[in-house]
Amino acid sequence: MSCVERPAPKPRPVYLNLARIRLPLPGLVSILHRISGAGLFLVGLPLLLYAVQASLVSPESFGQLRATLATPLARIVLIGLVWAYLHHFCAGLRYLLLDVHQFIELKPARQSSAVVLIVSLALTLFLAVRLW
Amino acid sequence: MKRITVGAHYGLKDWLTQRLTAVAMALYTLGLLAVAGYHGGIDYAFWQELFAGTVFRVATLLFGLALLWHAWVGMRDIWMDYIKPTALRLALEMLTVVVLLGYLGWLVDILWGRR
Repeated sequence: MSCVERPAPKPRPVYLNLARIRLPLPGLVSILHRISGAGLFLVGLPLLLYAVQASLVSPESFGQLRATLATPLARIVLIGLVWAYLHHFCAGLRYLLLDVHQFIELKPARQSSAVVLIVSLALTLFLAVRLW
Repeated sequence: MKRITVGAHYGLKDWLTQRLTAVAMALYTLGLLAVAGYHGGIDYAFWQELFAGTVFRVATLLFGLALLWHAWVGMRDIWMDYIKPTALRLALEMLTVVVLLGYLGWLVDILWGRR
């Protein structure tokens, strides 16, 4: 038996240049899952605790919090956090499904990651419109 | 091939932790949304009443504990992946633990502290 001729290896980049990496859709959902999780921990958690505490002190502080949340800056931050929560939630559900061997072929995996992206963005947009 | 065995075999446990805490938090979120939806929104009186109930307080504490554990595993994964110098990584991991325990104390104070 003769040796199988192997094709010459394609030159691979030996560096990781973030600007040149083209992530496939499931990869994009994955890194956004990580980024949204970090954002929820670093920004979302202290703001949530602060808001819940302020909301419970008195009717005045509750009203004041509402007024603060109505300012443009607070709304932008809030919508960002809502997206982070929704994306993390939906992408997490997808991982649970992958764990039980759903959507593990290439095409369904791509489709389900597209669903995660679209559903979390659509829900965020819906809530943003309702909020404004 | 020479293999170097590393780790304390916490991978499977953490993987499972991440899933179980996620499900717990998802259930709490959906439950809170259902309660708010059933009541037709949240005003101060209803919000105050909700937080006065022991069941809700305990459920919220459990949500907080699940979140703490989930955030610890997730943040530790991030530090492990991106921060190579050991001293800096350990410092960040310790800082994460301190912050998370601080948040837990804050949550307990919100739930059971004097208002």
